[in-house]
Amino acid sequence: MTATPTITPTVPLADAPLEALRDAWGNHLVTLAREYPDLLVLDGDLANSTRADIFKDALPDRFLEMGIAEQNMLGVAAGLATVGYVPWISTFVPFLVKRALDQIRVVIAQPHLNVKMCGAYSGILTSKTGKTHQSVEDLSIMRAMPGMVTIVPADANELRSAMDAMMRHDGPMYLRVTRDASPVIFGPDHRFEIGRGVLLRDGGDVGIISTGVETIRALEAADLLAADGISASVLHLPTIKPLDVEAIVAVAARTGRIVTAEDHTVIGGLGGAVAETLAEHHPTRMRRIGWQDVYGESAPNDFLLEKYGLSARHIAEAAKGLM
Amino acid sequence: MTVAEPGSARTAAGGPRPSLTELQRTSIETRRLIMQSIHTAGAGHVGGPLSVTDLLVNLYFDRMHLDPAQPDLADRDRLILSKGHSSIALYTVLALRGYLPVSELATFDAANSRLQGHPDMTILPGLDMSTGSLGQGLSPGVGMAIGARMRGLPFHTWVILGDGEIQEGQVWEAAFTGARYGLSNLTAIVDYNKLPQYGWPHESGHTRETPIEDPGGKFAAFGWHVVECDGHDHGSIRAACDAALAHTHGPTCIVAHTIKGKGISFSEGDYLWHAKVPSAAELERALAELDAQEIALEGRA
Ligand SMILES: Cc1ncc(C[n+]2csc(CCOP(=O)(O)OP(=O)(O)O)c2C)c(N)n1
Repeated sequence: MTATPTITPTVPLADAPLEALRDAWGNHLVTLAREYPDLLVLDGDLANSTRADIFKDALPDRFLEMGIAEQNMLGVAAGLATVGYVPWISTFVPFLVKRALDQIRVVIAQPHLNVKMCGAYSGILTSKTGKTHQSVEDLSIMRAMPGMVTIVPADANELRSAMDAMMRHDGPMYLRVTRDASPVIFGPDHRFEIGRGVLLRDGGDVGIISTGVETIRALEAADLLAADGISASVLHLPTIKPLDVEAIVAVAARTGRIVTAEDHTVIGGLGGAVAETLAEHHPTRMRRIGWQDVYGESAPNDFLLEKYGLSARHIAEAAKGLM
Repeated sequence: MTVAEPGSARTAAGGPRPSLTELQRTSIETRRLIMQSIHTAGAGHVGGPLSVTDLLVNLYFDRMHLDPAQPDLADRDRLILSKGHSSIALYTVLALRGYLPVSELATFDAANSRLQGHPDMTILPGLDMSTGSLGQGLSPGVGMAIGARMRGLPFHTWVILGDGEIQEGQVWEAAFTGARYGLSNLTAIVDYNKLPQYGWPHESGHTRETPIEDPGGKFAAFGWHVVECDGHDHGSIRAACDAALAHTHGPTCIVAHTIKGKGISFSEGDYLWHAKVPSAAELERALAELDAQEIALEGRA
């Protein structure tokens, strides 16, 4: 651990503009489609929620409505991929990852077909829809599938860059997209790379490893800790698979204490992946912030973050518990 | 988007069309190789492969536009064996058609074989889709047919389904979508052998119930053009395929009436032969019966 780690700058949260990842997703698909003539979008009767409708309005000939038949939609995408198309699929996470799981396994993951699966309304913040629509275990499932690249961007700029990378990569991929407006912390020239973690803060007392929009709350937690005289590293992992083992080990070696934070169950997702990695490469004391093996409920966002233990305060307290 | 209509000029699979006798001869040879391969492998299915043999022979030797030397040809016709457990029948027909050496059939299910228990498109050229989890094949067929239309490619997509398999709900999602998109470049063939693997006991106590009644009526209700044929009569299969290609207002379902375990007296209609390995004595008997069928065929020809 000799080299000084490179810190990726972020916009201070107080100044960060807000943008919903789903809006960024719908708009950026249109941009990508102009560059890639083989890009198609498949919808499961949710386009005006997932914002695939932006694409439908701009490029109707390249939009395929598949109706409320997700298992079939995954199979149709597989067939289209064999003809050289690059299907982007969108529906809510549970109806994609769990309703159509065997289809993902048999006709997409196993034949390693070039299908981009986008799970909308990911995590617990699904606009008061409750447990049927919230996604608690999709990352554990997807990252367990051989060959499945699993991406969870933190903001709209990282999402756009991740979508660019997805078009350059040939193979099955899963992308988590959140619903509500959230701070844009990265600049427009931020570059997402598959499998590369992004160090956002470099502190020596504790390392927070987070993914997705939960990284915003990890940054807030680092500020809370700083106010108490604790300096925290924040390592953002926008790719859950392949995992940036080197970056995880480096932050653990530097701090000796790790807290993981994700809007997802602590079983098998980011927390599980980091625990597996550290147990093997660099045993480190750690705490996992995420859903504690429960299903959610419908309620306002702040209530959910508080009740399910996902807020900045929870992350900061977990860090203090390791001191 | 333009709809590419399948031209009849494309239907001959290279060279002159085989006679019905030649097709029957190929069917007998296919059944012989299936029984030998299952015996050699000590594993695999018998009933489904023997039931689907004539359909596959007919499609690969009489119907589909393809070139075994170029298995990735963009405008080749596609075939998805959705009832993937009948893979040995497909491998055998592909071997006889020139995609792989016939001798390779002896590696079926063995270590490092390209001939997996269920078709794996990532390792054997000529397979258009991986299958094995039932109910999934028609959806990729819909995707291929939509893709062909969008690309302006004239190929036709054939999907073979088991009658037990179509108990799966996804089949009906795909049926709905295929009709909704008016895919006249897509044909589903139901291998209607009236037996699943286990199913419900028949009241006679000796066999099992038909897994699903009136598949043609069900596909028709979903908006498909339906044709019925004798799935062991090459003339009847040919006529059904002609009717499928002639239909230009949406997808066709061919209900092929078949017999599970067809061609060998002791496996015909016996659900216990769904997946059973023939002993040396059973293999000998099966081959003798097939030889007799060939002699009878040559006598008639
Ligand atoms: C989703 C799924 N469920 C169960 C099986 C196990 N299975 C393999 S073959 C079979 C019976 C299939 O019957 P049918 O479709 O009628 O085929 P055939 O009679 O032609 O062999 C079953 C249940 C499977 N392969 N996939």
